[in-house]
Amino acid sequence: MKPRTIIEKIWDNHIVSERPGAPALLYIDLHLVHEVTSPQAFDGLRARGLKVRRPDLTIATTDHSTPTTPRSFPIIDKVAAAQVARLEASCKEFGIRCFGLSSEQQGIVHVIGPELGLTQPGMTVVCGDSHTATHGAFGALAFGIGTTEVEHVLATQCLLQNRSKTYEVRVDGALKPGITAKDIILSLIARIGIGGGTGCVFEYCGSAIRALSMEERMTVCNMSIEAGARAGLVAPDDTTYQYVCGREYAPEGAAWDAAVAGWRKLPTDDGAQFDKSIQIDAAALEPMITFGTNPGMGIPITAMVPNPGDITDPLERDSLAKALRYMDLAPGKPLLGHPVDVVFIGSCTNSRISDLRNAAKILKGRKVHSGVRVMVVPGSMQVKAQAQAEGLDQIFRDAGADWREAGCSMCIAMNGDQLQPGEYSVSTSNRNFEGRQGKGGRTFLASPLTAAASAITGVVTDVRTLLP
Amino acid sequence: MTKFTAFESRLVPFPIDNLDTDQIIPARFLKTISKEGLGDQLFYDWRYDADGKPKPDFILNMPDAKTSKILLAGDNFGCGSSREHAPWALLQYGFRAVISTSFADIFRGNSLKNSLLPIVVPHDVHAELFRDPNITVKVDLAAQTLTLSGGRTVQFPVDAFSKHCLVEGIDELGYILQQAPAIASFEAAHPALINTAA
Repeated sequence: MKPRTIIEKIWDNHIVSERPGAPALLYIDLHLVHEVTSPQAFDGLRARGLKVRRPDLTIATTDHSTPTTPRSFPIIDKVAAAQVARLEASCKEFGIRCFGLSSEQQGIVHVIGPELGLTQPGMTVVCGDSHTATHGAFGALAFGIGTTEVEHVLATQCLLQNRSKTYEVRVDGALKPGITAKDIILSLIARIGIGGGTGCVFEYCGSAIRALSMEERMTVCNMSIEAGARAGLVAPDDTTYQYVCGREYAPEGAAWDAAVAGWRKLPTDDGAQFDKSIQIDAAALEPMITFGTNPGMGIPITAMVPNPGDITDPLERDSLAKALRYMDLAPGKPLLGHPVDVVFIGSCTNSRISDLRNAAKILKGRKVHSGVRVMVVPGSMQVKAQAQAEGLDQIFRDAGADWREAGCSMCIAMNGDQLQPGEYSVSTSNRNFEGRQGKGGRTFLASPLTAAASAITGVVTDVRTLLP
Repeated sequence: MTKFTAFESRLVPFPIDNLDTDQIIPARFLKTISKEGLGDQLFYDWRYDADGKPKPDFILNMPDAKTSKILLAGDNFGCGSSREHAPWALLQYGFRAVISTSFADIFRGNSLKNSLLPIVVPHDVHAELFRDPNITVKVDLAAQTLTLSGGRTVQFPVDAFSKHCLVEGIDELGYILQQAPAIASFEAAHPALINTAA
């Protein structure tokens, strides 16, 4: 048999039918649903008199328009309240388990799937959210879909899909102290650009990826879409199995052994060909930070903001100039030392327990710089409980940071958490588009370490200067 | 679904690369549970001032734009989130097609499912259109052609299935539902690894 990549193996394992002149009909093993991209899909089912085909493969939670204020408070925004209520009502109507606002398992959809053991190797996973690639960390083919496709999956558990190209992202070498998974992915996006992976699925491989924990792999896979790739994955290994084993929805006993035996066949065969490939030297990486208005506009933290005058392509030059105007940054100057108004630690990229531990490591025994608003938002209620059990919440509070309830929070600014016009944030989230964190707000994307370091100094800071 | 027929229109030039869905429709408008009323929110933060008044110099607020059906966009249009509100907003404003050199994957798929046609043209044609956006062009999906001024035609790619669905007004969900027996056989051969209902 022809050697295949893990991407092709998962694809082949899920083909329900392939008719000439049509995309493949692909079976979906896990469908994650949230309040923002689903209401119109449920309405579509109602209009056609359809049921949800596999409620047992579907799970819902509320995260995007969900406030991160104490759960005892009502949702003040009536439109958001209606959307959250609609999700809970639709789930009840269609028999879908929903981890709503009162649930101890509520959280960001891409945090709770793995945490509950729902996300497993070899699966196809979809969600009406572009950061679904997060689940690729488990060796799953996971991608974001629109609301029409959400309706298709609800009704049929299938999707019509065309095969993507395969793109090998090989990261070898050892990360230096202060350099994290976030810096790997920001560096990739800066190198290939935000359209560099369009039409492709990434396989992240190499010794640096193997050395990452599951949570770090999730951070890398999460931002695949920021390079244009709909999905990105890491082949499963013992790190993966150790993480999944014993979780609530993971197989047990003989079923577990059988599952692992199957998963061990997933990694890319020797000699399999990728359509594209790139190599990154992990040892050469520095902490990365974005300066502009898309995630591809990133630089090593010690570098200078690029100069539009150095770019020959007119549209590219204009787009850089426009970004610098929006960000009110001067070309050729360092970002280090730039004042910061807000630090946001959270989002589906960096809100897991290891992210919070990293931030706490820097904040412990220190104080947030006066005038800087620091929000720490756990990715799920389970992450919150774990952090509190470890005393991390106290470290954050003692430092002067705000410790909040689980949700997407300031990553998407549709839940009350947002920047004011003109404010600068260092954010551990995934997008720095104009207005993404609030109209007129300006975002520097970085790792939790960089965010925590900048919280203390009040300016963009190289965390390596604060490491013990 | 209504059939996608050929049409002629002037272009609305928007020469910005990597235009993301947060610009097309900001996230705060995604709290709606409806598909309607999104046309006025299209490019909201660029289109209106702080008081919510239309900025007269913004391209979409110019009288000609409102009667145009084609957005002429920069490279990698529609990158970012999976929000289908982006094509819904473009359609409700009045667009039926977007011309660019490339589209983000999810946006392209969402657009095709809503009869908003993403048209990919080569860089030279793209540049030519930007040089003279006041021309009227004809979009013929059945022939996969864009007819420029002077009658010159440019072929554009579209996958055969999407084209068939758009031209014939076929609804994809109906097509998938017809395959229920194949889905049931697949399920019988592949027991699920999870059970969220348990």
